[in-house]
Amino acid sequence: MSFNAPALLILILGLALIGWLTGRARSAMLAARAGVKLNSRPQYHGWYVALWLFVPAALFLAVWTSVSPALITNAVLETPAAEGLPDFGFERGALLSEARSVAQGRQAAVRLPAAAPLVEPYRQATQTYGAIGIAAMLALALAGGLFGYTRVEPQFRARSRVERIIMGLLLLASLVAILTTFGILMSLLFESIRFFRLVPPAELLFGTHWNPQSGAAQPGTFGGIPLFWGTVLIGAIIAMIVAIPIGMMTAVYLTQYAAPAVRRWVKPCLEILAGVPTVVYGYFAALTIAPALRDLAVMLGVPNASSESALAAGIVMGVMIIPFVSSMADDSINAVPQAMRDGSLALGATPSETIRHVLIPAALPGVMGGILLAVSRAIGETMIVVMAAGLSANLTANPFASVTTVTAQIVKLLTGDQEFESAKTLAAFALGLVLFLVTLLLNIAALRIVKKYREAYE
Amino acid sequence: MRRRIAARYAAERRFKAMGLGAVLLSGLFLGFLLVVMVGNGVRGFTYTQVAVPIDFRATPLGVDPARLSDPDADQLIANAGLADIVAFAADEALGDGGSRLISENAWKDVRRAIKDDPGLLEGKSVFDLPAASAVDIGAKQGAPGPLGARIAELKQEGRLATGIHWAFFRNADATDPAAAGIKGALKGSLLTILTAFLIAFPTGVLAALYLEEYAPKNRWTDFIEVSINNLAAVPSIIFGLLALAVFINLLGLCQASPLVGGLTLALMTMPVIVIASRNAIKAVPPSIRDAALGVGASPVQVVFHHVLPLALPGILTGTIIGMARALGETAPLLLIGMRAFIGDVPGGICSPSTVLPMQIFLWSDEVDRGFVEKTSAAIIVLLAVLLSMNALAIYLRNKFEKRW
Repeated sequence: MSFNAPALLILILGLALIGWLTGRARSAMLAARAGVKLNSRPQYHGWYVALWLFVPAALFLAVWTSVSPALITNAVLETPAAEGLPDFGFERGALLSEARSVAQGRQAAVRLPAAAPLVEPYRQATQTYGAIGIAAMLALALAGGLFGYTRVEPQFRARSRVERIIMGLLLLASLVAILTTFGILMSLLFESIRFFRLVPPAELLFGTHWNPQSGAAQPGTFGGIPLFWGTVLIGAIIAMIVAIPIGMMTAVYLTQYAAPAVRRWVKPCLEILAGVPTVVYGYFAALTIAPALRDLAVMLGVPNASSESALAAGIVMGVMIIPFVSSMADDSINAVPQAMRDGSLALGATPSETIRHVLIPAALPGVMGGILLAVSRAIGETMIVVMAAGLSANLTANPFASVTTVTAQIVKLLTGDQEFESAKTLAAFALGLVLFLVTLLLNIAALRIVKKYREAYE
Repeated sequence: MRRRIAARYAAERRFKAMGLGAVLLSGLFLGFLLVVMVGNGVRGFTYTQVAVPIDFRATPLGVDPARLSDPDADQLIANAGLADIVAFAADEALGDGGSRLISENAWKDVRRAIKDDPGLLEGKSVFDLPAASAVDIGAKQGAPGPLGARIAELKQEGRLATGIHWAFFRNADATDPAAAGIKGALKGSLLTILTAFLIAFPTGVLAALYLEEYAPKNRWTDFIEVSINNLAAVPSIIFGLLALAVFINLLGLCQASPLVGGLTLALMTMPVIVIASRNAIKAVPPSIRDAALGVGASPVQVVFHHVLPLALPGILTGTIIGMARALGETAPLLLIGMRAFIGDVPGGICSPSTVLPMQIFLWSDEVDRGFVEKTSAAIIVLLAVLLSMNALAIYLRNKFEKRW
């Protein structure tokens, strides 16, 4: 008997359905026999039985699926066949996983001969633990179902019980967000602290030389300033120079000048621009924009012109951000009270003067909040910079040169072949922590500005 | 005075023109992007075929025709040396080095043809085989030097033809651009998105119901709200770090699998779904709740029998948009190991796989020029899927949106 989690899940779902039907039928039958009215409608009795049957068994299934591989491996290691295994390291893991794949039928035969004696113990352990798991799960399901079944009687307040469980589920679902935030913080902090034991935080934050090597951490190779500068240059300077004027003017034109029909058509088109995946933008930047910019730079005689330039990545990222800036500006311009506009126009100002001297100053806090959000999105953007900005950490103000960013380095550090414990991989988590904190601060500041501003006019 | 007015009107026109210019500029960029991708990509859907006659009487294939419908027929034919037979036939027909003009995987096409019609083994027939990548590019775009001359020669002999490249949808990734396809990536994407949807949609909707309908106004609720709003703005790569640390290193789930990818994307899209659902739920007028409560429904019945069905179109619109974004996401999946080359179609949610945007990223890194058009063709497929998802969302919104 093999332990197949999806099939077992379907099995207990089927059992729960049977529980639902019997619970419903029994409550109706009991009520009819006793000649009384049910406290809750029959379906709630059905749900009560089904939940008692399903929830404990499903929880057990989840736990068993995650712990049983370790139990099986332990059982195999205790057999005499495991004595010939190397003590530690990669080979041991490879042999074990090879034997496991063969034993579980995912692979026809062993490729590593040393794994062959382990196959039979694996097969036996898998079967034993599979049988134990299935038996325990079925027992739990039946016990739960029976318990629920015996509680069914006309006076039983099944509905309020079921509703309490539903409320619990709702609360649980809303806790997932907190759990995720907590998980992000914990995993980043945990690995970062381990990194900061190897490399002092001051070096990461203020060092100017970035050249991480495999193996032991060498001092002076984890200076993050070139990365931070590259991130700022691409995300906060070049992209914003592109996105802010175009996004603002687009919003102004669409809200103040464009005919409703034009507005109806142009807005979805802008949304398309926001919906294009970043990997497409990255490919476009690397294939089309970057070579053109390099040729331009060579023509202008700029030194250090590279085919992977900050400018190419920044421009394309700016275009990606346009719809975002424009919709934020749109919202804040619309939030300005009509009376202010009317007043300005009534005094004889032209529409453009009204926009420049009344609407935009009045909308400025909201626009600033939107820009902060846009910056936070730009510095967290990964694929465009990975594909178009390059990976060499240069501390340069030349937009035609290749720079690198925090996100690009995270990808580079984690997609190599090194083991998880090395300083390089831990450095990626430290960079992630910096990125997370900076974007978090930007977001909080932006939301606060926007909220305050909205209150001012409401 | 008049001059001043004229100047002000001129400024007005300039300002308006600037606004129009900004709109046009963004439109132009979108158009340019689409034209470049489509221009590069359409060629990826066609391929060049070389007509090669193969005589199985002269070079017999040592396979019993009766066994061609066996499940292991593919292996049998490969072991019988079909690849060599095809290469030999190409050398015969196209002259010296002819086997280098056809794709190194061309014999697989012959194998498929033989399995469909074992009668082919009895005689001599002409097969249209996929050309080698360099020949394919040369035939489509022109090639310099001796290769170009050779292609022109073949064209004159009428040996070259162009066909629709069905293999692009039928094959998984391969190192040879002529044989590389997106089936593996498509299936990986489908499994990943399905996993993400099955987790994020119920969780997101239930969380939104709780926050909007039941949550007491207190610090705890504020905290939940703040963390949802912040999660919606956290860079996607951070979710990749989370997945790497928790799902792979801590829980030891299968690396590079749709399961882990789907979990990661689910965490990423859940806040988006919560926010969209809350807006949709908020839009249901309170009178409906009051009426249901008034006739004796319990709070749970009010929500599940009345509010949720009325809010569902809005919730679905938000969910589709969130899923479209997840489908185009690459960065977090890079960190969970989906960067590796996967030559098979993934078998289940725990087998290593790749997704469509990742396939685009991997191909864009390839040196072989044949991959340029493959990359663009894959981008066209991805954009088509995403655009139709967004169009569906807009359609749903327009069709079912109610103004109360």
